[in-house]
Amino acid sequence: MQDLNLLAQDNRGQSQLENGSGLVGWDVVTRGSILTSFEGDATEIVNQKSEERMYSNYNSYTASVASWRVEKPVFNIDVCIDCQNCWVWCPDTSILSRDKQMLGIDYDHCKGCAVCAEVCPTNPKSLIMFSEQTALDEALASWPEKKKKEEK
Amino acid sequence: MAEKYDLQDREVWDGNFAASQALRQAQVDVVAAYPITPSTPIVENYGSYVANGYIDGEFVMVESEHAAMSGCIGASAAGGRVSTATSSQGFALMAEVLYQASGMRLPIVLNVVNRALASPLNVRGDHADMYLGRDSGWIQVGAFNAQEAYDLALCAFKIGENHDVRLPVMVHQDGFITSHTAQNVYPLTDEIAYNFIGDFKAVDDMLDFSRPVTYGAQTEEDWHFEHKAKQHKALMDSRPIIDEVFSEFEKLTGRKYNRVESYNMEDADVAIVALGTTVETARVAAEQLRKDEGIKAGVVAIRCFRPFPFDEVRNALENTKCVAVTDRSSPGGAMGAFYNEVSAALYTTANRPLVTNFIYGLGGRDFSIEEAKRIFTEQQAHADAGHITTDIQQFSGLRGPHLGFFQTKRG
Repeated sequence: MQDLNLLAQDNRGQSQLENGSGLVGWDVVTRGSILTSFEGDATEIVNQKSEERMYSNYNSYTASVASWRVEKPVFNIDVCIDCQNCWVWCPDTSILSRDKQMLGIDYDHCKGCAVCAEVCPTNPKSLIMFSEQTALDEALASWPEKKKKEEK
Repeated sequence: MAEKYDLQDREVWDGNFAASQALRQAQVDVVAAYPITPSTPIVENYGSYVANGYIDGEFVMVESEHAAMSGCIGASAAGGRVSTATSSQGFALMAEVLYQASGMRLPIVLNVVNRALASPLNVRGDHADMYLGRDSGWIQVGAFNAQEAYDLALCAFKIGENHDVRLPVMVHQDGFITSHTAQNVYPLTDEIAYNFIGDFKAVDDMLDFSRPVTYGAQTEEDWHFEHKAKQHKALMDSRPIIDEVFSEFEKLTGRKYNRVESYNMEDADVAIVALGTTVETARVAAEQLRKDEGIKAGVVAIRCFRPFPFDEVRNALENTKCVAVTDRSSPGGAMGAFYNEVSAALYTTANRPLVTNFIYGLGGRDFSIEEAKRIFTEQQAHADAGHITTDIQQFSGLRGPHLGFFQTKRG
């Protein structure tokens, strides 16, 4: 079962987009609603792993859209072949992968679109959509068997 | 480094050529443009200056004016000095993106050669396109002749790029009457002109990889209002900086610009308030009336249409008896927009002059000295009667039966 804090920083997914707190007045908002992505000098971020980067509070990395989701993808490491198909297709960069090893889902930013489950080529699939409230261990326990080839 | 361009102390330029020379002297980095009559030569000339090595810049041909302003926004956000030109339908197609430029606080200079809006299709000058930009959050300054089109284009870069302003600026000139009339223009040398504007100093530029930024964020009811308020405040706060730039320009050239220009207003009883080339016509009419008929006529011209010079309009007009505000744009079921703005300013004065509205010159219809004199004389009659004796809004220079609306409830 995946570690839900995989690659997470303290501030990943902490703020809610509909959050009403921390609102400031017109004199304090940024000029031109231009938002910085990182704290401090970011010249080296291309060489840093995501959990090492100093994401600013304006960066979507620090916001969560988990509440938008109705169904979530569950990842089964026992079936996965690390083909990276899901990583390529995910529109929200919510597939966590390191050195081409599939690690799991970023549940702070996944919106539940199910593209990853659709493109997963394994049999049975390594990514399957479950209702949001299904616990991960429960989902893994109900994983389907390998499908036999249909007879012609 | 750019090739040297031969300039005389006095050149014969039309408004378009004058504006394009300002773009060359400012060494604009990027022009993204979709040429349209009557502003075409501005961007066409920029393209030839780039091709012939007079500018170290980039001319980007795009598929529409919407794309032209979008390209300008991209280049400006990237950190370049950016300008373009348009007119009329092109301006209308650009309208959506104008708000993006001002909202993102990008100091793009847009040369607008004013032209009527269809339908019916018309390529001549009126102020319909300029009015369309009046809520777009841009600074809008108006030139009345070719010299001013050149001078104000130079000033526009310096105003918009000031770090306390950081707003886009439109420089307006009247289609054909200014843009295609060759006149004496006294240019600055390339060095003096460039040093007046200075190097472009980028802010929040996207090519600064040490500080990545997001442009074009989405804000809903929790943030949008605050951002728009801050933008409005920036426009209001640009007023003293515009004055400073005009004052620096005067020191350099002897040519003094004011956000509101007043002619013969010291003792004026009646005044015409106008924009664009109409100002020069009205000035000649006022001079003639003073000399021939003893009517104390004066002219007030709005140099800086946005931010609207509410205070200066009051100062210029509060001691007059009757004021005619002229709108060169079809009012579309209301009093002229310019009339409404001037009236609002004058309503807050102790004297509250009588104010009438003339719709004139649509689609390039000529506005003559004789018609200006007739309007002055009519204002004098109102002043003598102590109330407006005609319709408050009238059409001037229109064929067919008299067209006018609304009568006064004063007197």
